[in-house]
Amino acid sequence: MFSFGDIMSEAFVLILNWDRNLSEIVALSLRVTLSAVFLSCLIGLPLGALVGAFRFPGRGILTVLLNALMGLPPVVVGLFVYLMLSASGPLGPLQLLYTPLAMIIAQTILVTPIVAALTKQVVEDLHGEYAEQFASMGLRAYDRIAALLWDARYSLMTVALAGFGRAVAEVGAVLIVGGNINHVTRVMTTTIALETSKGNLELALALGVLLLSIAVIVNAVVMALRASAVRAAYA
Amino acid sequence: MLRRHLFSLAAGAALALGLAGSAQAQDQFIVVQSTTSTQNSGLFDHILPIFQDKTGIEVRVVAVGTGQAIKNAENGDGDVLFVHAKASEEKFVADGHGLKRSDVMYNDFILVGPPADPAGIAGTKDITAALTKVAETEAPFASRGDDSGTHKAELKLWKDAGVDAAAASGAWYRETGSGMGATLNTGTAMGAYVLTDRATWISFGNKGDYQISVEGDDRLFNQYGIILVNPEKHAGVKAEAGQAFIDWVLSAEGQQAIADYKIDGQQLFFPNAGG
Amino acid sequence: MRDTVMDMIPAQVATSAALLEARNLSFEAGGKRLIDGVSLTIREGSRTLIMGANGAGKSLILRLLHGLLPPSAGQVLWRGATPDHTARRAQSMVFQRPVMLRRSVLANLNFALSMHGIRGAQRATEAGRALDMAGLTDLARHPARVLSGGEQQRLALARALIGQPHLLFLDEPTSSLDPASTQMIESLIDAAHARGVTIVMVTHDMGQARRMGDEVIFLHAGQVAETGPIDQVLSHSRSEAARAWTEGRLYTNSTL
Repeated sequence: MFSFGDIMSEAFVLILNWDRNLSEIVALSLRVTLSAVFLSCLIGLPLGALVGAFRFPGRGILTVLLNALMGLPPVVVGLFVYLMLSASGPLGPLQLLYTPLAMIIAQTILVTPIVAALTKQVVEDLHGEYAEQFASMGLRAYDRIAALLWDARYSLMTVALAGFGRAVAEVGAVLIVGGNINHVTRVMTTTIALETSKGNLELALALGVLLLSIAVIVNAVVMALRASAVRAAYA
Repeated sequence: MLRRHLFSLAAGAALALGLAGSAQAQDQFIVVQSTTSTQNSGLFDHILPIFQDKTGIEVRVVAVGTGQAIKNAENGDGDVLFVHAKASEEKFVADGHGLKRSDVMYNDFILVGPPADPAGIAGTKDITAALTKVAETEAPFASRGDDSGTHKAELKLWKDAGVDAAAASGAWYRETGSGMGATLNTGTAMGAYVLTDRATWISFGNKGDYQISVEGDDRLFNQYGIILVNPEKHAGVKAEAGQAFIDWVLSAEGQQAIADYKIDGQQLFFPNAGG
Repeated sequence: MRDTVMDMIPAQVATSAALLEARNLSFEAGGKRLIDGVSLTIREGSRTLIMGANGAGKSLILRLLHGLLPPSAGQVLWRGATPDHTARRAQSMVFQRPVMLRRSVLANLNFALSMHGIRGAQRATEAGRALDMAGLTDLARHPARVLSGGEQQRLALARALIGQPHLLFLDEPTSSLDPASTQMIESLIDAAHARGVTIVMVTHDMGQARRMGDEVIFLHAGQVAETGPIDQVLSHSRSEAARAWTEGRLYTNSTL
């Protein structure tokens, strides 16, 4: 039977025996996920802010759509991207299938709705407060968006972390478009899936503990950055 | 201000994408569509480095279910197809997706089961008799149910035994719709019999107290074939490098490499090219 | 109402031109007519107060004049023409509760300066000057939102004046402040007026009205009940509404 102690000691052994293989896998996980979160924020922050701050026809429908897309099943996104990037698909000639870039694309599609929908809510709440003042100052749309996004920066950090959490944990999309190729497109989650399918459950769980630890470290770093920024503001 | 922001954002995006791009190898590589069971046995980890050292060609294996591997190859998302489902492979070639099918190696299937042996078949040599008893005693049986090579072989065995297992789906016949490893995980956890290939079983890390109930029947023979994806159907197929790989696998050196692969002193795959 | 040639000639009545004009302004919301046929003129360099009981429409009128709300009927004219983008930039408003960006005091001022196209060294100089004038130099790096009510309002006022507006709207700027802060705000407004800024302010404080106003527009139930010099409206009211209010009998917007 499995014991929690066994799993934790396996995790400990895993870290002690940290080899190049593990470095490769962890580095690729972070590269793919952080790139996807970055791109998602690039698209999702302004998009969410636009929908949150301005009234236009179809705004309601767009909001419902964004919120619903937060629940996109990763494996469905993976399938869709695969069909796009396949040699038989429209973007086949780009030869992007089974590369880290394909994985970044798939994860970006997954994370962007989360960033956009949550940003919209944050900005909408903030904009309610600022709307009259901004109108009084005669601000252009771009200036409003920029001001709202900067003022909401701490809440938006949490939004980005939510996106990060979704991306670093998913396996369905990256498995299909990446192919889980050894040394090329193998990340932590696909390795966990692989080891599980080989019956190496303790190793899989140990990797899971490692993944969780990395997620904790990323979150802690962001929170520390935020705290030091707040402290500097009082200097 | 807008220009300043856009510049730094574009620089960041370029960096992210550039980092992603750096993972792409500059050396030659081919993509082989194969199955999870072959991958999980560790065979590729053993033979591919030998091929790469010799030719400098990196072999990237996409290991999925048999059905998906064949479909991917039909779409042109691979240069070589290397699976163990002879009828489907022959159809693949007949439909013009592949150039020629060649035998590579075989391994065998075994039936594993719980020490309690509810169907009373442990040690039997006759697989059809054993399966008949499983149906009669309604002992739990976990099937992959995913149209894979293993699954198709299993269905043929039920047919040979004259048993309509599908009728009992959900009762004693449990279809997991998953790969070999996942099905073994599920099967061992529910005390069910599972038909698996020997290679996967030997390297499987979650056996618990399971044993091999039935082995050695000729009908449990599992043949592997290798096919080059038709370059005329898909311009991106690396025909030359792909053929180089196939030629090597079928050569004396490649066949020896396959035979040399052992776990716990046991040979898993038996080369039979040219047969 | 078509503009005739006569309408285009700037009115040189009294001492100065009509800066802002409302013609037959009406505003409806929720099926109710909240502003009803209001016409008024704000002259350049003047100090006009808008007064009335609660719910009379004072804040609404301010927002209609500033262009924050579109009228249901009637029009607002800036220097005799339909207000455009430059009109908005030439006006500023201080709200009853100051709206502070979630940044430092200095950053709030810098933001306003940037929006007026002032950057770099000049921005730093102007921001420093504004801080000085508002007495906030020591608090420059503090997050604006931790300031006291009076300090925030001083910042809001400094921010509103930073773009050299021609007209400053104020919506009960000191109603929630203590006397000391009120005095500081009033002196800042006086200083701005001395520099030529036209003042339009809503207030319900009679003492403040006498200190800060020249003209009064007294609203009741969305209509102009009375206009005139401060002394006349407050001490010798001709309308029933104004009289009732100054005597402390008018609590709400009810009909008399």
